[in-house]
Amino acid sequence: MSKSKHKIPTTEVVTAEKSIDKPAEKEYSTLNLGPTHPATHGIFQNILKMDGEIIMEAEPTVGYIHRAFEKIAEHKPYNQITPLTDRLNYCSSPINNMGWHMTVEKLIGATIPKRAEYLRVIIMELARISDHIVCNTVIAVDTGAMTGFLYMFQWRELIYEIFESICGARLTTNIGRIGGLERDFSPVTWAKIDKFLTEFPTALKEFDNLVTRNRIFMDRTVKCGPVSAEMALSYGFTGPNLRAAGVDYDVRIANPYSSYQDFDFKIPVGTGGDVFDRYMVRHEEMWESLSIIRQAIKNLPDGAFHGEVPSFYLPPKEDVYNNMEALIYHFKIVMGEMDVPKGEVYHSVEGGNGELGFYLVSDGGRTPYRLHFRRPCFIYYQAYPEIIKGGMLSDAILTMSSMNVIAGELDA
Amino acid sequence: MDQQQLLTTIQDQLKSKVGEGFVSAEQAFDFPVFTVKKDHLIETLRFLKEDPELNFHFLTTLCTIHFPENKGQEFCVMYQLHNMMKNYRIRVKVFMATNDAHVPTATTLYPTANWMERQEYDFFGIIFTGHPNLKRILNMDEMNYFPMRKEYAVEDGSREDKDDTMFGR
Repeated sequence: MSKSKHKIPTTEVVTAEKSIDKPAEKEYSTLNLGPTHPATHGIFQNILKMDGEIIMEAEPTVGYIHRAFEKIAEHKPYNQITPLTDRLNYCSSPINNMGWHMTVEKLIGATIPKRAEYLRVIIMELARISDHIVCNTVIAVDTGAMTGFLYMFQWRELIYEIFESICGARLTTNIGRIGGLERDFSPVTWAKIDKFLTEFPTALKEFDNLVTRNRIFMDRTVKCGPVSAEMALSYGFTGPNLRAAGVDYDVRIANPYSSYQDFDFKIPVGTGGDVFDRYMVRHEEMWESLSIIRQAIKNLPDGAFHGEVPSFYLPPKEDVYNNMEALIYHFKIVMGEMDVPKGEVYHSVEGGNGELGFYLVSDGGRTPYRLHFRRPCFIYYQAYPEIIKGGMLSDAILTMSSMNVIAGELDA
Repeated sequence: MDQQQLLTTIQDQLKSKVGEGFVSAEQAFDFPVFTVKKDHLIETLRFLKEDPELNFHFLTTLCTIHFPENKGQEFCVMYQLHNMMKNYRIRVKVFMATNDAHVPTATTLYPTANWMERQEYDFFGIIFTGHPNLKRILNMDEMNYFPMRKEYAVEDGSREDKDDTMFGR
């Protein structure tokens, strides 16, 4: 064997000739993410200043679906404001509806029977599960796992069927009335709830097996978009996002409403406040919600499904036709002429994504003098630029979906 | 500390801290409500936040209420504070006139006030002096009025097909 005459230069460094001069100052590119980008799951715009793949600055624009709810609410009788609350966080409308009913009930001093409160708890916890299904499966979609999303949505569909059998609507529910519920649960409703309680845990376990300890999912979500407890509190975080950062604040425990003090449940908390922790907190909350629903069914008291508040709660139709007093109340309620005391009242509920508060000022008129919604995601979304700064663009997308920012609630 | 004690304790402490800046205290359902003068707002909030016993570390929400009949004190800005550990919740109010709708920003104490104050500026035109980025947030930048003020009707006044005399006020 003869050696080759030509030596192959394996270690020689070849330097290309410069064709373009390096700019004297570093230049950044601007990326307009949104307003209607398929990866942001809603109308969100962020103008990003990018250094390659790294985000240097972000400027969010909000208000694309602002519908002036606070102004409209000043011109609507109390029972006509419930449909407005549907359209805040539309992933869990029943919680918003119940929060509003309870605010008015606090103002007028109505007492609600235990049975109605327990039924409300069942509805609210179902709504919480459906809200968390959407958020958690969307996190999975953004990490590349489409299967869980499509699979879990049939359980969300079953929850919507339950709502439909109670109130006739699926997404924007307008469920319940000031003073209680519009009707008791029918046998169909109970059968569907029973089906949900027996079949959903298996599905949730399967989703858990599919996603939670998945190597790709964990690599993608652990230490992605972390929020410390101090930062979460200073930016007004509430709900699962705050609990993922390690603060065990839950309105259901801190200021119990609708008999939540009767139930035994745990508040899951995270440590790092990253995407994975937010996912896990929601995941555990779904199990706790299932437990609350089971307890509510087991201990469901007998009694009425609404309280005695004739000036707000529509009388039965046969009374309207046969009874003068009921007819008068019916007329006054339909025309929006209820007697409301003066005062200012704040009531908050644990919504799907945080403390949803209603600050109501009444001057005794037929409509609220001022109604302010404390919308949790409007308040915590302002921390978004700071969270994503210095991270990758793909992590920013994931962080947004894990924060459960709902455009309807953000923009009111 | 129950709510009555909380009311009296904070009332006494505020009287000694801000003196003539303290206006009134009352109980509104489950909330003690304190009214202070506008110039003493930041002093009050700082005291409430930094006092080790009270420690109102969380700004739950803030909002503006417009009282056009209340001459000289047309605007009220309400701050709702929360101490999560002890579960104390209170409200602090300041009143101001339309021609003097300025209030110092609370963003130095609570970063979360940033967007809340922008929202109140957007809808009521309250100027939060010292705010880092006071511009409209939900409405379009070109809007030339503050729509949540009571003098603006909910409907466009030029429309004749919508008669509200029987419904709404």
